[in-house]
Amino acid sequence: MTTYFIKYHDKLLSALLEHLEIVFICLLFSLLLASLLTVLCMYSTLLSKVLINLFSVIYSVPSLAMFAMLIPLTGLGKVTAIIVLTAYNQYLLLNTFVTGLNEVDKSVVDAATGMGMTRMQVLTKIRLPLSKGSLFAGLRLATVSTIGIAAIAATINAGGLGSILFDGLRTMNVNKILWGSILSSGLAIAANALLGFAERKIVIRKNAKNL
Amino acid sequence: MIHAIEFQNVSKKFNNAGYNAVDHVNLNINEGEFITILGSSGCGKTTLLKLINRLYEADEGKIMLFGEDVETVDVIKVRRRIGYVIQQVGLFPHMSIADNIATVPRLLKWDQEKINARVDELLSLTGLAPDKFRNRYPDQLSGGQQQRVGLARALAVNPKIMLLDEPFGAVDSIIRLKLQDELLQIHGGLKKTFLFVTHDIEEAFKMGTRVIIMNEGKIIQFDTPENIIKAPEDTFVDSLIESARQKEQFWGRFL
Repeated sequence: MTTYFIKYHDKLLSALLEHLEIVFICLLFSLLLASLLTVLCMYSTLLSKVLINLFSVIYSVPSLAMFAMLIPLTGLGKVTAIIVLTAYNQYLLLNTFVTGLNEVDKSVVDAATGMGMTRMQVLTKIRLPLSKGSLFAGLRLATVSTIGIAAIAATINAGGLGSILFDGLRTMNVNKILWGSILSSGLAIAANALLGFAERKIVIRKNAKNL
Repeated sequence: MIHAIEFQNVSKKFNNAGYNAVDHVNLNINEGEFITILGSSGCGKTTLLKLINRLYEADEGKIMLFGEDVETVDVIKVRRRIGYVIQQVGLFPHMSIADNIATVPRLLKWDQEKINARVDELLSLTGLAPDKFRNRYPDQLSGGQQQRVGLARALAVNPKIMLLDEPFGAVDSIIRLKLQDELLQIHGGLKKTFLFVTHDIEEAFKMGTRVIIMNEGKIIQFDTPENIIKAPEDTFVDSLIESARQKEQFWGRFL
């Protein structure tokens, strides 16, 4: 196993970087789209119900089936992978974002509105800072899920760590299977820990200042 | 004569209710009055208040503030001109006391120096030492202190009209009496028009220069406390006064 790493470490590294690239682009698009949709949802409960239900239906389609359905439209490769992953993330992000923003103490929102904040000001000055915890939870969930499903995207030639894993499975190469699994799960665990650390820094800062 | 607040035949019905929460209300309130609105829960007193700063929109009728129809003014502007205090206080937990009080001045883009001076002035006015409280957070304050901050925040830009929705409903009775006296003092010093909702008859009669008694969305009686006691309008007002009398008798046995 170590000899495999010494011999092919550049290959493993480039797969890791490719994986990170897919994940990063997905998360960037996902966050942009989810933020936009979240703002729209804050203006209309009907729209938020429609969107969350729609994305929950999309989310319940298995990833392989989803990839297969998109191949006729967008072909094999990264683009298809990124579209599918971004669509999945919308459910995870939108659901946690909207729930978090709506869970803010009603009396606080009432006071803010009664004092003459616009809906947008209530969102940015009150709801957003008070639901940082849920927003972060959504982001963590989406990151970990994206890292996992991105590995499956190797089946449609999107590259990344999944390609090493699936190569190994096809050729019964234990080294490849092991390194593919270790790196992809290690990446997910590391990302989760890193975001958890950032979350503690950002969310708990206010309380620390109080002491 | 222009009234500070005027209701012309105002009604409000909620979507799935079969009755009017506020039912054809006519009302004239003069500048500088301290009006208390008394009624049991569900009588429409909070709704009446929220119609003024348009947290609810009237279905029928007109509400005029200093001769100006509230419908014709931008809703955000109307709200920033009116002080608003609620029972749950609704302080922003992520902001310091100073930032809480500075909310509306910031929305109106005052400069920082003016804001700082105003915050200290308001803290003193509401009986909180500025140096001690300015940089604290809401969760470090007692219920009574939080409500003082709520009051200071509502007074920040010197609104001509103050709406207070059971502001002392959640504080204990000792603090409550103290806050009542202080609020009366603040009102006397500022010459603002106060509208104060309560379900406590003693509070209503103690605080109000005039008292509005509401039942089932209608104004039953609107008069000075003395006149209401002398000539109760109907059996509902009778029963309110009777409840106060019984309370007095109860305490008479001990005191």
